[in-house]
Amino acid sequence: MSLTDEEMTSDALVAMRGITIQFPGVKALDDVDLTLRGGEIHALMGENGAGKSTLIKALTGEYAVDAGSIAVAGEQRVFHGTADAQQAGVSTVYQEVNLCANLSVGENVMLGHEVRRAGRIDWRATHRAAVGHLQNLGLRLDTRTALGSHSIAVQQLVAISRAMVTEAKVLVLDEPTSSLDRGEVQQLFAVMRDLRSRGVAVLFVTHFLDQVFEISDRCTVLRNGRLVGDYPIDELSPGRLVSLMLGRELEDLAALSGASDRPVDRSGTPVVRMKGAGRKGLIEPADVDVYPGEVVGIAGLLGSGRTELARVLAGAEHADSGQIEVAGKAVRLNTPRHGIDHGIAYSPEDRRAEGILGDLTVAENIVLGIQARRGWRKVRRSEQDALVSEYIAALGIRPANPHVLIRNLSGGNQQKVLLARWLATAPALLILDEPTRGIDVGAKADIQSKVAELSEQGLSVVFISSELEEVLRLSQRIVVMREHRKIGELASSETDVDGLIDFIAHEGREGAA
Amino acid sequence: MTSTQTVLTGELRAVTRPHRFMARHASWIPVFAAVGILVAMVVGAQLYFGKFLTPRLVSSILLDNSYLLILAVGMTFVILTGGIDLSVGAVMSFTGMMGASLLRQGLPSSVVAPTMLATGALIGLGVGVLVQYFDVQPFIASLAGMFLARGLGFVVSLNSIKVTDRPILWLQGTRLQAGSGWYITPTGIIALLVVLVGAGLLAYTRFGRTVYAVGGNEQSARLMGLPVARTKLLAYVVSGTCAGLAGVIFTAYTGAAYPLNGIGTELDTIAAVVIGGTLLTGGSGFVVGSMIGVFVYGMIKTIINFLGVDQSWTRITIGALLLLFVVVQRLIVARSARRR
Repeated sequence: MSLTDEEMTSDALVAMRGITIQFPGVKALDDVDLTLRGGEIHALMGENGAGKSTLIKALTGEYAVDAGSIAVAGEQRVFHGTADAQQAGVSTVYQEVNLCANLSVGENVMLGHEVRRAGRIDWRATHRAAVGHLQNLGLRLDTRTALGSHSIAVQQLVAISRAMVTEAKVLVLDEPTSSLDRGEVQQLFAVMRDLRSRGVAVLFVTHFLDQVFEISDRCTVLRNGRLVGDYPIDELSPGRLVSLMLGRELEDLAALSGASDRPVDRSGTPVVRMKGAGRKGLIEPADVDVYPGEVVGIAGLLGSGRTELARVLAGAEHADSGQIEVAGKAVRLNTPRHGIDHGIAYSPEDRRAEGILGDLTVAENIVLGIQARRGWRKVRRSEQDALVSEYIAALGIRPANPHVLIRNLSGGNQQKVLLARWLATAPALLILDEPTRGIDVGAKADIQSKVAELSEQGLSVVFISSELEEVLRLSQRIVVMREHRKIGELASSETDVDGLIDFIAHEGREGAA
Repeated sequence: MTSTQTVLTGELRAVTRPHRFMARHASWIPVFAAVGILVAMVVGAQLYFGKFLTPRLVSSILLDNSYLLILAVGMTFVILTGGIDLSVGAVMSFTGMMGASLLRQGLPSSVVAPTMLATGALIGLGVGVLVQYFDVQPFIASLAGMFLARGLGFVVSLNSIKVTDRPILWLQGTRLQAGSGWYITPTGIIALLVVLVGAGLLAYTRFGRTVYAVGGNEQSARLMGLPVARTKLLAYVVSGTCAGLAGVIFTAYTGAAYPLNGIGTELDTIAAVVIGGTLLTGGSGFVVGSMIGVFVYGMIKTIINFLGVDQSWTRITIGALLLLFVVVQRLIVARSARRR
């Protein structure tokens, strides 16, 4: 299946051979090869912790390699920093857009490559050049507006334009689609296809399997820091790819499918009932009930008010109308603290900014939730240890060492730690906002099955996700949001992905369409 | 490709003219606010006192605050990178002491003045190295620089040193008249030149733009392949050099050097920069704004003088204004964050 060495190097734009990178105590990469050709979109696949980011960072000059060689356009290179790699024609667009939001669009494209005349920057010419580079990608923007005033999707495309200013021969896209909605993904793909047709080698890293099959030509799979293989995409099926990534077959993913059909007893008092609760400018008043043992999904496009609804429910935003009842009694939910006091645990969307404390250990991050609930009373050491080891085992957190700093864990494992933090507080309602975004198939399956299992045991869950398949699979009822408004509610058993998309797009809009 | 175009031009077309101006110049709003405050103060004083604004008065505000203006320009660079430089007042005082002592020993001012600038630059470099390579908080690194400079000032002399050097005194004593009471001193010209050079550096050089990039997002700037370390270092060197130059100007202004000069000046400088609309978080602000901030500061002092009340009211007013500006800045930042 894989090509011979000679075939691989002949027309290769990038040839990474035998790359090994050692971190204290871990071999992050062990003898990995990667070959990129001009005019191809090459997917790099693997679970979190498989070594994808490490390999990318070796290619972009952020990490020095301990062994192995990197050749770009036939020339052996040693990178001492990102500037070196850019010089060699390798540009990168990162998952979190790494541009300066305070500067103008044009500057972000041209920074470091401004047009200068007589020692000073010629702004008119610089902006003209920026407009040209943006237009090459089909973007027409006012380059003098601040980058921060544009959507993430546009910022991502600006980042790609910037990469093309340096006449990159190799473009690395590190999970570019994880914060884009469907339409924006298509824009990005159009740009990627265009670059491919111009002979650029695009390295595409993503967790969305369907996107890999939609756009890429070849695919390199990593597992546990080792190379599994390099395959033409036509020779793979989604199932085959997943089993290559996991090194095991898929039966545990299939086991979940029954969760949404489980009957829920809605005769008693709901755990939490929102009655016309809303907040001006954020979310219009809405009614939502969550019954014991029920998983309520929230679906809608990015920015439709999903997160805002969750935040009101959790007390992270103070509702200025209506009321919220917990176990049948109206309560005050003005701060997250009130939410915690009433047994409402909220795991926010942006786990890096609002969830984990990177400089604390896994154990400390887990204990934090229960400590917040207890207030000043001490959580005994033995109790802490018992809790921590229980959850590390129950959720399969890797590495299974409570004393590593959480920022060194992969995204999926960080998310599991957050889940553990809130489960340790024994909540009545668990609100999960995008718990599986940007994490790999294995961790995703772990988290999904844990949620299904917990709800079966009687925990109520509000589950928010951009992946409609996931929402449908896990929840019994789905609240659909659009333009900061609840537009309806569906029973999962009565609809499918297409039905849900149709509902999101058209419900209550017949007149307009 | 067509779909990309339709979506994004649609977005563009929705933007009307005044909106476009605001979208392009949003970062100037705090500067406009500072200008508004300055105008309001002048108009208010004019109405209250009847006869307030004269060419003489405007000229003297520049004269009395040229050292502060120079410090503020340097401080703007540092604050734009997201740092702070607490050493400038002490460095100004120390270079003044050093200069005065060297002049007393008979060295010509053509040697002494550049030495003062170089000394300031060197201390700035030291602070910058601490910040960049030893990862020390700018607050602490420049506090160390402040104590060092203050201490060195006392080492030079515990008493005031009078300056009799002609060229130095000429800087302050010469009044270039321009009829009907307008005048400007060489110190004022130097300060305005510093503003011009500072503004030019920030707006029209890669170094200047990198300063903004670093302040906006240091990690991004690094990943964009920009020379982050060199730029941050240089920002502190600029500030130190400005402090050295302020030492020359302040010595000329007072005709003597005294080791207790400039205590608290670094805070006045920061206040002026912040009132002038530079965000303390970095990445947004202008030298011209800092100049307005210095004028606001000078205007408050003058008005307090006119009122004939105690000068401690200057500090109280500055404090109140600073509070107002910081709150307004927070609101602006919070609003733009929400809109995103």
